[in-house]
Amino acid sequence: MSRTRFSPRRLRALVVKEFIQVARDPSTFIIAFLLPPFLLFLMGYSVSLDTAQVRVALVNQDSSAQALGLATAFARSPYFSVTPARDVQSVRGALEGDRERGIIVIPQGFGEGVLSGHPPPIQVITDGSQPNTANFLGAYADGVRAEWLASETGRAAAPPISVNTRYWYNPGLESRYFLVPGSIAIVMTMIGTLLTALVIAREWERGTMEAMMATPISMVEFVGSKVLPYFLLGLASMAVCTILAIIFFHVPFRGSVAALLAISSAFLLPALGLGLFISAATKNQFVASQIALLSAFLPTFLLSGFLYEIASMPFAIRLITYAVPARYLIPPLQTVFLAGDIWGLILPNILIMLGFGVGFFYLAFRVTKRSLD
Amino acid sequence: MTDAPAVPGKGPVATATAIVKRFGKGTSALVPALDGVGIEIRPGAITGLVGPDGAGKTTLIRILAGLMAPTEGEVRILGGPPADALDDIGYMPQRFGLYEELTVLENLALYAEVRDLPPQDRQSTFDRLLDFTDLKRFGDRQARNLSGGMKQKLGLACALVRTPRLLLLDEPGVGVDPISRRELWAMVDALKAEGIGVLWSTAYLDEAEKCDRVYLLNHGKLLFEGVPGDLTGAVRDRVVRVTGFAERRRQFLSHVLDRDDIADGTIQGRAVRLLVRDGQAVPDAAALNAGPDTRIEPATPRFEDGFIDRLGGGPKGTSRLAAAYRTIPETDLLAIEAKGLTKRFGAFTAAQDMNFAIPRGRIFGLLGPNGAGKSTTFKMLCGLLTPTSGSGAVAGKDLGHSAADARASLGYMAQKFSLYGDLSVRQNLDFFAGAYGLGRAAAGQAIERMADIFELGPYLKSNAGLLPLGFKQRLALACAVMHEPPVLFLDEPTSGVDPVTRREFWMHINGLVEKGVTVLVTTHFMDEAEYCDEVTLIYRARQIASGTPDALKQRAASLSGADDPTMEDAFIALIEQSDAERAATEQAA
Repeated sequence: MSRTRFSPRRLRALVVKEFIQVARDPSTFIIAFLLPPFLLFLMGYSVSLDTAQVRVALVNQDSSAQALGLATAFARSPYFSVTPARDVQSVRGALEGDRERGIIVIPQGFGEGVLSGHPPPIQVITDGSQPNTANFLGAYADGVRAEWLASETGRAAAPPISVNTRYWYNPGLESRYFLVPGSIAIVMTMIGTLLTALVIAREWERGTMEAMMATPISMVEFVGSKVLPYFLLGLASMAVCTILAIIFFHVPFRGSVAALLAISSAFLLPALGLGLFISAATKNQFVASQIALLSAFLPTFLLSGFLYEIASMPFAIRLITYAVPARYLIPPLQTVFLAGDIWGLILPNILIMLGFGVGFFYLAFRVTKRSLD
Repeated sequence: MTDAPAVPGKGPVATATAIVKRFGKGTSALVPALDGVGIEIRPGAITGLVGPDGAGKTTLIRILAGLMAPTEGEVRILGGPPADALDDIGYMPQRFGLYEELTVLENLALYAEVRDLPPQDRQSTFDRLLDFTDLKRFGDRQARNLSGGMKQKLGLACALVRTPRLLLLDEPGVGVDPISRRELWAMVDALKAEGIGVLWSTAYLDEAEKCDRVYLLNHGKLLFEGVPGDLTGAVRDRVVRVTGFAERRRQFLSHVLDRDDIADGTIQGRAVRLLVRDGQAVPDAAALNAGPDTRIEPATPRFEDGFIDRLGGGPKGTSRLAAAYRTIPETDLLAIEAKGLTKRFGAFTAAQDMNFAIPRGRIFGLLGPNGAGKSTTFKMLCGLLTPTSGSGAVAGKDLGHSAADARASLGYMAQKFSLYGDLSVRQNLDFFAGAYGLGRAAAGQAIERMADIFELGPYLKSNAGLLPLGFKQRLALACAVMHEPPVLFLDEPTSGVDPVTRREFWMHINGLVEKGVTVLVTTHFMDEAEYCDEVTLIYRARQIASGTPDALKQRAASLSGADDPTMEDAFIALIEQSDAERAATEQAA
């Protein structure tokens, strides 16, 4: 039914109405402006994946100068808080009781081995029930050993090949640097999909949709009046997130605002389209919120690669991640924050997100009918 | 149908011909929501679309508003399809279509913009509509803070923002107190004078009498169309009012309804109103066997009499439920008692100093507009709210220290039937039997008894949510009385229900009361008040008048000077008096 022509006046009136509702409805305000800082602080402080200052016990079974040197290197490392111990047996209880995260053993004959050019490995005992910490601990302990060995042997005679590890873009490997882009993704999903789905379902539930459909408005005007305000709202909370991230978490921002805007806008398109589709298909706030949670929020949280690395997911799950729009948001966002405007990476992702957006909007218009049938 | 001319002065503004509307697929689509309905709406007249809930009124209005397409049939609005006439249709849906967070003025402005009201007309239109609806003082108030009556007026104003030629009002009188309802009628009468064609849908049959032309809808079929007087005319001389049998009106009604020459009967305060079957003579007083003082006098026929007559009469008078019910033992204890019950929520007093004492075997009504404090009082007596002060007792059990015992001795039927829609009829009965603590054997027997009495047998395995409205009503009553409680609480039990189902319901209640059951009913629906032995009128959290329905009507008659006032007239007169008194004391202070 396309008997009415598009009228900018009607669209403006509807958009104004939407903004008044946002301003007066506390739940919308909370989702748009209080949730972003809350999420950001939650991510920034409590979901930190870093292993700064892990408590370990150090058992030195060798009395050589080299063994002492390595022990000192561990003690000086910023990643470890070292307690010397006499033997493994005496600290086993501490490991089980969670007072220590791991035990590092420098074996007997370590010094001789180093001198003879065949440095023996060190033993690292960790609590396998906490695999994340265990992994970090193992890797970091290896790193300390390798670094110490390099400087030790380097002083004597340079080895043929030396590995020099350098972490680019995030030298401190601080996880909050990549959690911030993640929380922006989550907040924009909440606003774009969840909030949009809720406000349209609310119009159905309260009967205002019915009253509006009896006036000469067209569906394009109605949909436009939902898309525009929540698009702007999504960008506004993205801005809030970004500013907070830079000020409070000292996350570097190496790219340009234009790139950030382009990426966010491209992501809001599929997010809004999905929200429209959900609300048109359910017409019920409760069902809409459940579906939005399952189809948008949880995939963004779990499958976009910001919390769990996609590369380490099982193959089947990895395939699913390709259908999650946020998967294409996280890498360009991380790039803009930590590396800069690398258009070669940003553009393809933007194009894919726009593709998703067109798809969702097509579906939304297919199910949105200007009728109560 | 050929193309109609572009509506000359007197032609109809809307016509619908042979409309059939089916919903869903498969078996549910077999019973159409509308079945061959035709309607014509003329300019400068109020056309009534009358029928009980579920009759198909809303579906028809939505089809006229262009919100739904009919499965079969044709709709012409101003000579074209509804979609081409949207500028000329004003539509107020049941929930008014207001944005709660927007103020009165913002709502009006939104509808003005959406309907392309020329900007130069805006101020004059708003002034006129705010004057008309008396909402000028509330321009900056958000719609969510308006009373039901004010929301309804604003809804109407929004539908009138561009003076329509067709105004569709979907149950504008529902849930609104009688005063607001009367004001609304006055406003719509004024619109009619402007030449607008108004369609007013309602479940209250008494509203039909105020329409110029009426379409009576029942189960999707048109039962009557024409001037309301034609329907009432058909039962003229067949409606009588019988008095003079003292307190035995319930026995009398039950007994007289079993006669073959009586089509229908209802209790009206102390009197009983009877409809004599077509072709039968009005029986004389002696034949009714009701005692030497019995008097029969003719009564003015009402629309509802005509409706029942069309349906071939109401149910018979003997309740099988009551016959199977235990007799509640005689006792000196009051069945329900409220002593100074008061409930405050912060600074707001929801119920102030409620006092009443109801003996065994009586029907007591709490009457009042929405939000007056009926439900609060009701909930305190159910033990669902703790009173701020005062005390109450049910079946002699104090609500303060034996609330659980008090609750166990009452059956409760909530407004809109609080059944579990996703459970089958049988599962609902099982659940309530368990909830009221019936043992397995007793529960089994009770369920069988209920299924038999209420003819629920064929539906036992169907989901309660899918039952026809009349059966939902029966099931809700069955769930409430399965454990044979001495006290029954009913919350607006029959508002919106079709008159036949309503009579059947009250037939059971009357029978139970004869067995000694005590009934407390809250309602804003005046027909229900007539069944009460005594009512108390609650307004602004206080009891402003108490007494028998007849006593209240007499008081109203002496206040307003009207002879033979209805319960609704009494209600309005007493509330207006209370308002006047309050205004006087406020002025004095």
